[in-house]
Amino acid sequence: MENQPKKQQVPRQKMPEQDPKQRRHNFNEVPLGFSEETAKLEASRCLQCKKPQCVAGCPVEVNIPAFIGLIKKGDYAGAANKIKETNALPAVCGRVCPQEDQCEKNCILTKKGESVGIGRLERFAADYARCHGEISLPQLPPPTGKKVAVVGSGPAGLTCAGDLAKMGHSVTLFEALHLPGGVLVYGIPEFRLPKAIVASEVDYLLKIGVKLEVDCIVGRTRTVDDLFEDGYSAIFLGVGAGLPKFMNIPGENLLGVYSANEYLTRINLMKAYQFPEADTPIIKGKNVIVVGGGNVAMDSVRNALRLGAEKACIVYRRSLEEMPARKEEVHHAEQEGVQFDLLCNPTRVIGNDKGFVSGIEIQKMELGAPDASGRRSPVPIKGSEYVIPADTVVMSLGTNAQPLIAATTKNLGLNKWGYIIADENTGATSKPGVYAGGDIVTGSATVILAMGAGKKAARAMNEYLKTI
Amino acid sequence: MYKILFKKTLAQSIHLMRIEAPQIARKRKAGQFVILRLHDRGERVPLTMTTSDAKEGSISIVFQEVGKTSMELAKMKQGDSILDVAGPLGNPTHIEKIGTVVCIGGGLGVAPVYPIAVAMKEAGNKVISIIGARTKDLLIMEKEMRAASDELLVSTDDGSYGFFGFVSQVLQGLIDKKTPINQVVTIGPVPMMKAVCEVARPHNISTMVSLNPIMVDGTGMCGVCRVTIGGQMKFGCVDGPEFDGFKVDFAELSKRLRSYIEQEKISLDKFKCTQCAAM
Ligand SMILES: Cc1cc2nc3c(=O)[nH]c(=O)nc-3n(C[C@H](O)[C@H](O)[C@H](O)COP(=O)(O)OP(=O)(O)OC[C@H]3O[C@@H](n4cnc5c(N)ncnc54)[C@H](O)[C@@H]3O)c2cc1C
Ligand SMILES: Cc1cc2nc3c(=O)[nH]c(=O)nc-3n(C[C@H](O)[C@H](O)[C@H](O)COP(=O)(O)OP(=O)(O)OC[C@H]3O[C@@H](n4cnc5c(N)ncnc54)[C@H](O)[C@@H]3O)c2cc1C
Ligand code: SF4
Ligand code: FES
Repeated sequence: MENQPKKQQVPRQKMPEQDPKQRRHNFNEVPLGFSEETAKLEASRCLQCKKPQCVAGCPVEVNIPAFIGLIKKGDYAGAANKIKETNALPAVCGRVCPQEDQCEKNCILTKKGESVGIGRLERFAADYARCHGEISLPQLPPPTGKKVAVVGSGPAGLTCAGDLAKMGHSVTLFEALHLPGGVLVYGIPEFRLPKAIVASEVDYLLKIGVKLEVDCIVGRTRTVDDLFEDGYSAIFLGVGAGLPKFMNIPGENLLGVYSANEYLTRINLMKAYQFPEADTPIIKGKNVIVVGGGNVAMDSVRNALRLGAEKACIVYRRSLEEMPARKEEVHHAEQEGVQFDLLCNPTRVIGNDKGFVSGIEIQKMELGAPDASGRRSPVPIKGSEYVIPADTVVMSLGTNAQPLIAATTKNLGLNKWGYIIADENTGATSKPGVYAGGDIVTGSATVILAMGAGKKAARAMNEYLKTI
Repeated sequence: MYKILFKKTLAQSIHLMRIEAPQIARKRKAGQFVILRLHDRGERVPLTMTTSDAKEGSISIVFQEVGKTSMELAKMKQGDSILDVAGPLGNPTHIEKIGTVVCIGGGLGVAPVYPIAVAMKEAGNKVISIIGARTKDLLIMEKEMRAASDELLVSTDDGSYGFFGFVSQVLQGLIDKKTPINQVVTIGPVPMMKAVCEVARPHNISTMVSLNPIMVDGTGMCGVCRVTIGGQMKFGCVDGPEFDGFKVDFAELSKRLRSYIEQEKISLDKFKCTQCAAM
């Protein structure tokens, strides 16, 4: 820890943001990114530790001090390439990684005050390289002649496909929907992750020779066993967590009640906010209630504001401290005027005579003893029910495993929740030649963990391909 | 891109299209559907495949012009291409030899019931089919259904052809005549499927219906297609589209199909406007 006093004088640099009053009415990105000067200043705060703890906090072990050093020197493209050595999607991760729980949490400066803005710098370098066309294509090894299939084009699949292509294999990426990107295109909103970024990452994969087949539902259009018959020697399954959960309370099938997946898919993937210019409709509620407290709930409620809601409210059964959403997202939602009804649980959805939702009955909760996850579990207060009006309700309660692949693939081991069992270090499943990673193995997790799983599987698949 | 190889109008605003989709053709089974997206501003609409030809690498759909997307599709010609066709989706119909199967199609529902009649017949069942329409001119696929069935009965709501009345009354006639029936399969408008179920229920004849809830992805990801079956929530696209008719909450399905009535009208009016302007 060399000569810190001087370096500590520069405070953590703020990232400019769109004014909350304005941004609640548009879909443009909220944080605007660093300028070159701010980036350099922020980079100068890094102590270039000999044993960097931040790197240990990053699931894909980005060489953080090295890339920050390059930014400090003004070699922004070099910084981007440095990150790309281990992280295929830096522009995405710089925006959506929960850095406060990962690299930045471990940063030595965190103990003394505020960590280096690693995520912001990562985003800066990646954006710079993308906007200046300075992402260099890697030198590809001679083709191995081996065909591999990657199923699902979310972060796990994109990473796995990219790595396998760089190892010289012939890779085809199969995607069920009409657009690649998984949650990055259908779930996470434009104002948090512009879709052009995902498109340019996919474009990069195509440039290094990955083939893409959309509209292909593995398990239906072709099964895993068909893929083997068609000459694919190894297969990676990165199909994500699928089916949305509901609460099983009366009134959930009233018109105007959405799962968060449906609500976000209509808006992001199908561009329903542009209706009728785009054909897919959505109900633009004036009074929207989102049930849940994760990132998905925050994304839904902030979308509701942008669709024109006068009141958009989170209903969550625990308190603010227990909320699983990133602090930054909760903060952004608060700034934009989202209301929070905490320690509240819906017991019933109420409808009008046309079958549309008109309100929701809420029961107050109090916090009891901590549960298995260490969070204090909510206990209902009897007789505390009351009704709040609503014309749109979005259920954001998490997902169950998607069953399509499991139901159509012989000898694929699943756990009791229906997720695929895969080796933590290799992604190997019980079926020879089949690997899996991301949300379909872990249940809903994070972009970076899915990418890490895709990366490990690519390495293991490469070894496997040498043996056959 | 998926090329339209052939197009034919079967009745007023009902069309058949054969579309090039070799992967799907290779896999299609009776009862399955595809999701189409016409262009990059388009919505995803589900349509049942009536036939497929693995050799030609094609699938066939029959659709009715009911709103913006179906009208836009109807404007497309042989040689044009559809941006996205994904499938085959949904569980295939459970086909086994059980004796006598009555296949009932009402209105446009004749098209999706046709492949089931064919498959039931191939499995060695006796197939009696009942098809109906509002009026004679709207009756589709009579010749095909006749070829696929041991016996074909026809009804029209206005009596312009065949039996004067509803397909459910024709089924009642069969039951009254003590025709042994092991299974009923019915596809058509929600009120029709409900009526058929009510005829079959007192005689405890197993009745399978194919439901058409609103869909987006068709892969189980969004949950818009949820239907209530025996008090339990099921997803039409992955758990269905076929369900035990006696357990279906038809009233809820009818309501949910009206979720976007207002928006559909806006969309259609806008489409008609652009069509007029283009002329
Ligand atoms: C709204 C929302 C916000 C989120 N915010 C954050 C955040 O801020 N930070 C963060 O780190 N994480 C966030 N997450 C979580 C993160 O997005 C996921 O953990 C991650 O995307 C999982 O990646 P994956 O590759 O496993 O699957 P997915 O991204 O789900 O991709 C799976 C892909 O496989 C396709 N597929 C499925 N079945 C088949 C099949 N049978 N055949 C072919 N293709 C198939 C799907 O269509 C999809 O494209 C968020 C999630 C959501 C829903
Ligand atoms: C499994 C399944 C199989 C189907 N098979 C056929 C078929 O073989 N032939 C055929 O003509 N129709 C079929 N349909 C219905 C067809 O999908 C709708 O008629 C079509 O989506 C209407 O779109 P539109 O824009 O023309 O009309 P719109 O004006 O948008 O809608 C007219 C009505 O169609 C229904 N509808 C609208 N959007 C959807 C949607 N995305 N998914 C389902 N229903 C919707 C609603 O009840 C609506 O009120 C099927 C539906 C399902 C779910
Ligand atoms: S990928 Fe995520 S955890 Fe790793 S350095 Fe970047 S922001 Fe931090
Ligand atoms: S259509 Fe989305 S889950 Fe069935």
